[in-house]
Amino acid sequence: MYGKGLRSLSIATVVAVVAAFTLVFFYAPLEAEQGFLQKIFYLHVPLAIIALCGFVLGGLFAIAHLRTRDQRWDLRSYVVIHMSLIFALATLITGSIWAKGSWGHWWVWSEPTLVSFLIVFLLYATYQPLRFSIEDPERQARYASVFAITAGAFVPMNFIAVRLASQYVHPRVLGSTSNLPGPMALTFVVSLVAMALLFATLCKYELTAKSARFKLRALRRRLAGEDAQRRPRRRSAVPEPHSSTTLGARVAGGGAST
Amino acid sequence: MSAQPATENPAAAPAVGYAAAPSVPLRRVVGALLRKELLVELRTLESVPGMSLFALSTFVVFHFALNRNSVEGDLATGVLWVTLLFAALLGVNRLFVADAEEGGIDGFLLAPVDRTAMLLAKELTLLCYLVVLELVAVPAFALLLSVPFAHALPDLLLVLALADLGVAVVGTLVAALAVQTRARDLLGPLLGLPLLVPIVIGAARASSPLLVASHAGTPAARWLAMLALYDLIFGLIAYAVFDFLLED
Repeated sequence: MYGKGLRSLSIATVVAVVAAFTLVFFYAPLEAEQGFLQKIFYLHVPLAIIALCGFVLGGLFAIAHLRTRDQRWDLRSYVVIHMSLIFALATLITGSIWAKGSWGHWWVWSEPTLVSFLIVFLLYATYQPLRFSIEDPERQARYASVFAITAGAFVPMNFIAVRLASQYVHPRVLGSTSNLPGPMALTFVVSLVAMALLFATLCKYELTAKSARFKLRALRRRLAGEDAQRRPRRRSAVPEPHSSTTLGARVAGGGAST
Repeated sequence: MSAQPATENPAAAPAVGYAAAPSVPLRRVVGALLRKELLVELRTLESVPGMSLFALSTFVVFHFALNRNSVEGDLATGVLWVTLLFAALLGVNRLFVADAEEGGIDGFLLAPVDRTAMLLAKELTLLCYLVVLELVAVPAFALLLSVPFAHALPDLLLVLALADLGVAVVGTLVAALAVQTRARDLLGPLLGLPLLVPIVIGAARASSPLLVASHAGTPAARWLAMLALYDLIFGLIAYAVFDFLLED
């Protein structure tokens, strides 16, 4: 049910990413102080923005899940947070490279955005351990949603706190993007759109794959259930190979007949 | 829950129970739960002595690890807050364990009372633990490691109170989240530390001018306001989501 529109979305993503990289390398002017290194900005900042929006979006989906009790919202929340975690890791790596290039260190504590990102990343890194160490699926979804809401609200608060802590220590090197010259701003916006599309496509792929896997599992279970009904008494110590071969034969037979 | 409607229509019984809920004031429910928590702690002595002893041992470890006889300023702040935070996490880890294992949560859920009472009672319990911990740890810190800071004590108490409130709120939420997992001892601190970073920022920045020998600075109002705001916001978040952690 999530597969609809996946192809057009993928094509749009490929076009946007290619366009963004073309603009970055051939159109955007070299920055006066940092030179070629500054171009990582077009990758780093959109990644960061998308990851943060994804975390907050995961919280919103979790609210929808707790309100409606619809497991699909939980699935969406999980996928969005999972993808944001990957984007956040990419942000940390690109930010670290940028810091090494421009300040000479792999890590700088005086850059509040990067530090906040690390804290948020550490928090969200516990999402999956928390989720998968709860056995009951319904409770797992509920607890994961509570975590997603709490952490989603924590993201902006943490940014404010860390920004406060280092505000008077170090001036912001790169302020808001509003003071960018025209070509740079255009490149930045295209990169942002490309990253947003990439995020949406990857999320959609994961949703599609997961829902297909759930459907497959449900079908298998139904087949196995029918199987069990047909052969009620045969319980051996190793039932698996036998039943799976019959399953496979039945599935193959069914496919051939239709 | 009266027996009369239950005999007529068994399905209506829970509805009657919930309808009767507001008749028990929240204050009394919280009071009863808090009394039970403190009584259990007094009889078993599971959390607070361990937390205090942990704090004392950590000060000794810091003495050797830093190779200092006394610390002041940022270093003193760091030693104090790291110790208090880790000791608090020990209490957080144990906060819901007895209830989850011995059926305390199930018993509470059967009672026709507001579930927020559990959250408030646990927060107050953790707050009590932290106050007792600090009654031991802060004098011990002054005695063992720190330069004298008696002149800054009122300000420090204010910072401690605000930070304790935040740790209690965040810690209760984290404890409730982690208690149903298989790896609860691991997940509690893992979840708690990032969520407590803003409190550490506020508390450390506010108390670092207090822990110096030469002159008594005052904590910047900015940090106190930030701590108070964080306490308030997380209090509201915990209030909003806690009910979902209890239903089973």
